[in-house]
Amino acid sequence: MDAKQALNDLREISSQIGAAVLMESDGAVLGSTLADGSRAEALAAAARELLAAADRTRRDVAPDALTQLEVATLEGSVFVVRDGKRVLAATTSPEPTVGLVFYDLKSCLRNAQSEPPKPKPRRASKPKSKPPKETGDAGP
Amino acid sequence: MRGRSLLNGLLLVAGSASGALLLRRRAARRRERVDLYFDDGSMMSLTEGSPDAEQLLPLARRVLEAARA
Repeated sequence: MDAKQALNDLREISSQIGAAVLMESDGAVLGSTLADGSRAEALAAAARELLAAADRTRRDVAPDALTQLEVATLEGSVFVVRDGKRVLAATTSPEPTVGLVFYDLKSCLRNAQSEPPKPKPRRASKPKSKPPKETGDAGP
Repeated sequence: MRGRSLLNGLLLVAGSASGALLLRRRAARRRERVDLYFDDGSMMSLTEGSPDAEQLLPLARRVLEAARA
């Protein structure tokens, strides 16, 4: 399933999600629920900044040990879920059902990562004749 | 008569106490916070007022703004 389809499914199953953006860990946007590409870029950049700051809160663990976060504010909540190389950030209205939102986000991330099977690469044709082996003189 | 007014008084006190408790719980739930979950299964909750939360909350507001803009 591609990123766009996974995000469409997310919007369908979760009425609590306001906006969501899927990106690579380097910030490259893979898909978003926002229609405008520049808005998606801005959302991804802000979410990446939040994740980077959250990564720095615990110094006794590896930088990518943080797998998910929720920031609850009076205006709404921000959720970020990370799995391998991809990051999914989403916003909700205030006081969402936290467990359910995390579950839906992780499902979306998993669906987006399950790429359709690629066709097997064709075998390179065998050379018709082997190059002659070098026969070096072993002894005097 | 006196017993009845005492009972009314007790009911009033109990009602006020439970109302205050409900309001306090609701206020606590409405507080801003940051919950961080790590791959070892641990979780860290930063409440409003802690230095780390004060650093992360404005960044989260920027995310919300970007989503609304």
